[in-house]
Amino acid sequence: MELNQLTAHELLDKLRSKQVASGQILDSLYARIEAVEPKVKAYARFKPGNTQANGLAGLLPVTVKDNICTEGLNTECCSKILCGFRPPYDATVISKLKKSGNAIFPLKANMDEFAFGSSTENSSFGPTHNPWNLECVPGGSSGGSAAAVASDEAIWALGSDTGGSIRQPASFCGVVGLKPTYGRVSRFGLIAFASSLDQIGPITKDVEDAAILARIISGYDPNDSTSVNQDLPDYTDSLGKDIKGVKIGIPKEYFIEGLDPEVKLVIEEAIKKLESLGAVSKQVSLPHTQYAVPVYYIVATAEASSNLARFDGVQYGYRAKSDSLIQMYKKTRAEGFGEEAKRRIILGTFALSHGYYDAYYLRALKVRTLIKNDFDAVFKDFDCIITPTSPTPAFKIGEKTADPLQMYLSDIYTISVNLAGIPAISIPCGFSKSGLPIGLQIMAKPFNEGMLFRLAHAFEQSTQWHKVKPRL
Amino acid sequence: MAIDKGTVEQVAHLARIELGPGELEKLSRQLHDILGFIDKLSVLNIAMVEPASHILPISNVLREDEVRTCLTVDQALENAPSKNGNFFSVPKVIE
Repeated sequence: MELNQLTAHELLDKLRSKQVASGQILDSLYARIEAVEPKVKAYARFKPGNTQANGLAGLLPVTVKDNICTEGLNTECCSKILCGFRPPYDATVISKLKKSGNAIFPLKANMDEFAFGSSTENSSFGPTHNPWNLECVPGGSSGGSAAAVASDEAIWALGSDTGGSIRQPASFCGVVGLKPTYGRVSRFGLIAFASSLDQIGPITKDVEDAAILARIISGYDPNDSTSVNQDLPDYTDSLGKDIKGVKIGIPKEYFIEGLDPEVKLVIEEAIKKLESLGAVSKQVSLPHTQYAVPVYYIVATAEASSNLARFDGVQYGYRAKSDSLIQMYKKTRAEGFGEEAKRRIILGTFALSHGYYDAYYLRALKVRTLIKNDFDAVFKDFDCIITPTSPTPAFKIGEKTADPLQMYLSDIYTISVNLAGIPAISIPCGFSKSGLPIGLQIMAKPFNEGMLFRLAHAFEQSTQWHKVKPRL
Repeated sequence: MAIDKGTVEQVAHLARIELGPGELEKLSRQLHDILGFIDKLSVLNIAMVEPASHILPISNVLREDEVRTCLTVDQALENAPSKNGNFFSVPKVIE
């Protein structure tokens, strides 16, 4: 095995015992990137031959999504409107990584513009390709992070998750992805999409790496007023524990028409495996599941329309030429935003506008309460909930771009988690007949990431799906 | 609830986005479909339900009113498309 193929915890062991030096790890990463990046396109602004190791400070390089601010390093949300933007400061997660001795990889991961998408096709740098089948999407919006980890072009990575943007690409690419509890990880320096939903989380090759990386980036931060000052356990303590008697709820609303039969079969096998390890499962109901997607596309777009008002050609990024201020705003935003960004800003502005606010925005907030209550009720009797991460394996590039509603529906199993603010993880649990990875989603009570790691690790260690690598 | 071209045009103006004629046509059609889907929320009885703007049981997060280190003027201006001295520069606002 090459060094770039190893997990972070394997490499940390080798670094500590001085079997390898961090420069060797970088060299192997760069060699891999030069070889496969022209096919995968996981990184924004990558230029062949431009990857000479330049003596990064720190132990292990972390690949970072293009919407997380890195001081002095381009952070453009893969949007023309932020072209050339170099943040004058680090996001809190980046400072925490640096403080813990890790290095920030100088190439940033590709994404859907402003995290608006489920396929990484909405990037101003063009789409990322799925390492398991280059004709397929890697999922999104953190598709670059997931594809980089799956193709061994990254050791581990950070993504962001507003409606599934970590878990769905992790599922499509056969890697591990965690969305922490809302309030667990500071969003200071994350370029905001929907502030009541956004969380930063790890995308990794195995569960142990996710536990290590999640621990590093989590914790209270006075710079984020939604950050919660709550005990932060060492998640690696949850690894290697048995799962005897753990109570799993299987929501019937997730196993209905629209779920690919192959995915259904693989998920059912996974549940049997967990039962054989001592967990007990029972069918439960989350009755408002079908309302999650419509609620999300009101709440998320309303918040996005407000958050993206700051991109007006004045403080940073792209500015269109015009003699009048208002025309400058309008032209800048017309030329700087891609199609999906415009669609969401206009939908969100509509939902918040006079005459429509009560019918759309307020109604959506109320239904959000119902969705959260569904989870509270189930978690009174169950430790976790298990579902597929996505109703299908990765779809073809171009398959859903003409119909935004079809694209929105691909997030049907991940969105409720963000609306309810709970943590969830996606782990590899098998493959379709055509060789595409399938992901298992585990959800837990707020601030109970430890339960996710315990169950995910027990499953992973008894199955080995995470050891299978794509052939590129 | 339907959305017509006039409404989309008005909302795009509020959002400060210029739309070309083809774009307006296409977007109106797409938003009409999306809102049609969202209208399924109207079947629920929500009269007695409290809205959830976010899920944490916290509100009015305050901090001490103390001077803290922040970006310098130069740092704040370094990404500006156009600047003049200590200011962002924009096209003339007052006629």
